[in-house]
Amino acid sequence: MDNIAGRKPALTWAVHISVVALVLLWVLPTFGLLVSSFRTGDQISSSGWWRALTTQEQQLPPIRLAGDEAEADGTFVIEGALFSNARQVSAWGTSSRAPDAFAPGEVAELADGQTLTVGPTGSFRLTSPVSLEGSRLPRVFATAATPPEFTLRNYRTVLFTPSAGQSIGQAFLNTLTVAIPATIIPILIAAFAAYALAWMDFPGRALLVATVVGLLVVPLQLALIPLLQFHNAIGIGKGYLGIWLAHTGFGLPLAIYLLRNYMVGLPRDIIENARVDGATEFQIFLKIILPLSFPALASFAIFQFLWTWNDLLVALVFLGTGNDQLVLTGTLVNLLGSRGGDWEILATSAFVSIAVPLVVFFAMQRYLVRGLLAGSVK
Amino acid sequence: MEQAIQALWMIAIGVGGCVGYFFASNLLIDKVFFPATGPHAGRNITRANLIRPWLFLLPALVALGLYLAYPVFATFWLSLHQQRAGNVSEFVGLANYHHMLAEPKFRESMRNNMLWLVVVPALATLSGLLAAQLTDRIWWGNIAKSLIFMPMAISFVGASVIWKLVYDARPAGQEQIGILNAVYLWFGGTEPQTWLTIPLWNNLFLMIVLIWIQAGFAMVILSAALRAIPEETIEAAILDGANPFQIFFRIKVPQIRGTIIVVWTTITITVLKVFDIVLAMTNGQWETQVLANYMFDKLFRAGDWGVGSASAMVIMLLVTPILIWNVINARREMR
Repeated sequence: MDNIAGRKPALTWAVHISVVALVLLWVLPTFGLLVSSFRTGDQISSSGWWRALTTQEQQLPPIRLAGDEAEADGTFVIEGALFSNARQVSAWGTSSRAPDAFAPGEVAELADGQTLTVGPTGSFRLTSPVSLEGSRLPRVFATAATPPEFTLRNYRTVLFTPSAGQSIGQAFLNTLTVAIPATIIPILIAAFAAYALAWMDFPGRALLVATVVGLLVVPLQLALIPLLQFHNAIGIGKGYLGIWLAHTGFGLPLAIYLLRNYMVGLPRDIIENARVDGATEFQIFLKIILPLSFPALASFAIFQFLWTWNDLLVALVFLGTGNDQLVLTGTLVNLLGSRGGDWEILATSAFVSIAVPLVVFFAMQRYLVRGLLAGSVK
Repeated sequence: MEQAIQALWMIAIGVGGCVGYFFASNLLIDKVFFPATGPHAGRNITRANLIRPWLFLLPALVALGLYLAYPVFATFWLSLHQQRAGNVSEFVGLANYHHMLAEPKFRESMRNNMLWLVVVPALATLSGLLAAQLTDRIWWGNIAKSLIFMPMAISFVGASVIWKLVYDARPAGQEQIGILNAVYLWFGGTEPQTWLTIPLWNNLFLMIVLIWIQAGFAMVILSAALRAIPEETIEAAILDGANPFQIFFRIKVPQIRGTIIVVWTTITITVLKVFDIVLAMTNGQWETQVLANYMFDKLFRAGDWGVGSASAMVIMLLVTPILIWNVINARREMR
C-alpha cells in the first residue's frame, strides 16, 4: 500500500520524524545506562552521560599530593603528576575556599616555608626546607579540562573483584543454573499434554483446554506460601530443585496453550496417514509432531528463558535471600538499596544482567514474535 | 561448579524422566495390559486409546494442579486463618480482611493499583498502536520496531535501574546527571525535582517504566492485526475521499477492536502482578505502594500470612473477570 493515491510527501516526512522521536524515546534510557557503565564514578556523578563525548571543564575533587622526596641543596623536593590521564589544568588552589586561586605555572607559598607549583598538564613540584618524611602533604584543588574517556574498569570490578554480597559473577552463575533447567523441563511435559489436547479424542478435552486458559492468568502471588509450605513438607525446602519445579509449574499453562494452538494447525492428513500405517501415538508424537512443532517449541523456550532469567519474585521466595543464593535481579535490588549512589557499579551490574536476554532477544526475535502472536493471552 | 553439575543432573533427570515415563507407560498399556493381539484385540485397542490421553496428560495435570490450582484454594484457606505461636492456625473468619481494609497502606495500594490499571494499559496500548501504525509505513520500520520491542527482554529490575538514572536528581547548582531533570531545567524549570518522592506523580513515573516495557508487546500484536485488515476497505475509503486520520480511526481501529481488547487485558494482568518495579524503585515509600508489593511486605517482611493471603485473594479477585472472559472466548473458539 505504499503507493496508493492520497499520500502526501509532507505526511511521509512527519511519519519519519515521529518514528525517530519514538525510537529515541525508547532507546535513550538504556543507551544512557550503557554509556554510564563505561565511565568512571567521578565522571558519572559530575556530568550527564550525554556529555560523555565532550571535553569537560570541571573542578575536580581534592587530590592529596604523594611522591618520593629528593634532596637538593638543602631543600626537599617532591615532584609528580596530579593525574594519571591527560588533562588540562586551568586553575588550581590549595584550600576549598579558594580552589581557583592560582593559574597553572604560578608558585604558591604555603605554611612552613613550603612552595608548590602546578603546571598546565598537572605536573607538580613541592619544595620544603625540612624533610616531609611522615608528614601529611597538602591537598590540591584543581579545575581541569578532561577529554572524553571510556574505561572497562567497572566491568573488571563488578565481575572479578566484587565486595561481599554483591558478587555479580556468582549471581550470574546462579541465574544460569535457575534458568536453563527451568526452560527445558516444562517443554517436554507440555508437548505431550498439548498433543493429547490437540489430536486425541477423549471426554473432557474441551473442559481441560478451558482450564488451561483459565490457569494462564492465575497470579503466581497466590502460590507463594502454599508452595513454600508444600516444599518444606516434602523436604526440599528452599533451593534449586524447588525453584525449578516452581518455574515448571508456572510456565506450563502458557507452554500447553502455545503448543496446542500450534499443533492443532498441523495438517490432519499426515497424522491420519501415520495412524493408518500403524504408527503408535507415541511414535507419531516423537517422529512427526515434535519436529514439526519446532517453531512453537522455540517460541516457548525463549519466553520461558526470558521470564526465568528476569524473574525476581519466584527466586526471592523459593531460592532464598542469602548472599550466595541471590540471582542477578536480586543482587541488583540489593545494590539499589545499599549502593544507590554508586552509579558505575549499578550501571555495570545492570548491563551484565540484561546482556544475555538482549542477545537472546535479538538473535531469536522472529520466534518470539511468532509466539506472541500465537498466544497473546498471558 | 557443583551447582552446574546439579543443574545438568536436573536436566538429565527431567528430560530422561519425562521421555522414560511416556515411553514406559505407553509400552505398558500396549504390550502388557491391553495387547492388540489375541481374542480381545479390538476391545483392547479401544481401551488403550481411552487411557492413553490421560497418560500423556498426567505429568502436566499433576504440575498444574499442584502448582497453580491447589494454591488458589490453599491461599483462600490461609486468608481465613491466623497463625499462632507453635505452628497452630486458628480460624478467624473474615478478620484478616477487616484488618486489611482498615489499614491505610492497603487503601493506598488499592488506589494506586486502580491508577495503574487505568493508565498503564491505556498508554501502553495507545503507544503500541501509534508505533505499529507509523512503523508499518516506512522502509526502516522493522529496525524501529525491533528497538521499541527491545525493553521486552529487559527485566523489571534492570528497567528500574535504567529509569532510576533517568529520574536521578542532584541538589540545585550541581550539574544534573538524570536526563529528565536536565531537560526540565533546560526548558526553564526552576530547580531540580526528586521525581520519585512527589506523591501521586511518582506513581506516574513508576508507570512509565512498565509502559516503556509493554508498548513493544502491544506494537507487535497490533501491527500484525493492522496488516491483516483487508485492503479493499482502505482503498474504498480513500476513493471516498477519507483523509489518513479518518482512515486510521474510522476504518482501521474498528476492524482491530478485538485485538486491542486482547492486548489491553493482557497488559492489565501484567499490571496486577507488578511488583519488581515498585520494590526496586521506591519500595512503596512516598505513597507508591501497590497490591503485589504490599502482599510481599506482609508475607515475607511482617510474616503475617493471614493478611498477606487476604491481599493475594484481592489480586485473584481482580483477575477473575478477565479469567472468565478468556475462558468463554476460548470455548467459543473451540466450537
